[in-house]
Amino acid sequence: MIEATASGLRLLGERVIGGIMRLGYGGRFFGLVLLRSATSFRRFNLTLREIYFAGVLSLVIIVVSGMFVGMVLGLQGYDTLQKYGSAESAGSLVALSLVRELGPVVAALLFAGRAGSAITAEIGLMKATDQLQAMEMMAVDPIARVVGPRFWGGVFSMPLLAALFSIVGIFGGYLIVVVMIGVDAGAWWSQMQAAVDFEDDIVNGFIKSVVFGVAVTAIAVFEGYDAPPTAEGVSHATTRTVVSSSLAILFLDFVLTAFMFMGD
Amino acid sequence: MNRATIDLWVGIFFAAGIIALMLLAFKVSNASTSFRADREYTVTADFENIGSLRPRAPVRSSGVLVGRVESVTFDTKKYQARVTLKIDERFAFPKDTTASVLTSGLLGEQYLGLDAGGDEEMLKDGDPIKITQSAIVLEKLIGQFLFNKAQEGGASSKQ
Repeated sequence: MIEATASGLRLLGERVIGGIMRLGYGGRFFGLVLLRSATSFRRFNLTLREIYFAGVLSLVIIVVSGMFVGMVLGLQGYDTLQKYGSAESAGSLVALSLVRELGPVVAALLFAGRAGSAITAEIGLMKATDQLQAMEMMAVDPIARVVGPRFWGGVFSMPLLAALFSIVGIFGGYLIVVVMIGVDAGAWWSQMQAAVDFEDDIVNGFIKSVVFGVAVTAIAVFEGYDAPPTAEGVSHATTRTVVSSSLAILFLDFVLTAFMFMGD
Repeated sequence: MNRATIDLWVGIFFAAGIIALMLLAFKVSNASTSFRADREYTVTADFENIGSLRPRAPVRSSGVLVGRVESVTFDTKKYQARVTLKIDERFAFPKDTTASVLTSGLLGEQYLGLDAGGDEEMLKDGDPIKITQSAIVLEKLIGQFLFNKAQEGGASSKQ
């Protein structure tokens, strides 16, 4: 009995200490990436390449999901609001929910699944096939050459993807509510402009998307760099990237929302 | 994938993202319609009760946006709310203008309404608006109504 409890406690302690150590290692790694990111800007074509892989190739999924999310919001918003005789407010509902929450959060979740996992798998495989070690042998710093551009590529892509997601979603809502259902277009836009504030909503949504971009790509490059150099290790690391960056996005979203919208 | 193609696509991506941000700013939000007068003057008004008037609330006259509420503070000497407003210099108001706290629609936001008076002299920067009308508090209104009803009832039973 005592034996079992003791070993259980030992396991718990190991897990907790291991987690904290990993967090510390992750923080150190993040600092290192920032310190050595001069290469990412000096040789900007490396970063451009990563923006292409992380951002441009995510465009299709971002635009299509944004469209559908906006259309659903339009339908649901109209359905509920017309009961209160204010169908025109569907515009402000769609715009506010997209700009404040859904745009940054859903775009970041999709980005974590589409680009974050790819970054982890790529860096993990480079490590598994000793490419990173080979670079070190040639006196090329793998953090500056491989990790930095991927990190900055993701950080640059994410806010633009979130903005595109929001704008496409608003367009999707417009298609449903104005074009299909026939709510007046002028009322739709004017209600939206009356409700959405530039500083409170647009700028805060943009800050959110930047924070999510940093979080997702930081987790992705760290998991890839830290992956055990085996097939199994890389696959586990990829899974962990998606899980922990999704959790990080939702947690950070709560924290940021509490800061941004509770001070009123 | 050669470099020129990547450059082209990243360029398209950046352009699209920046256009999306611009659209969010100018088409979706109030950045284009919001009140951004270069030259404005400040006036103050003291209210018994401002309801839920907030800074940045619109100041309207005849329904037209003429300014914004700059700040709302509490005057501990007079125990009244002091509202500072910034009004566009294009709109001049007479000295005996009335300021009242109004509500747009049944459940809408509260705003400050200005009703021009007939004075020859105009409000200048820093002037106070002397005639103010407080926000209507529903509880007080109902209380007053009940009180009047009770008084009427008392008067009729005495007769």
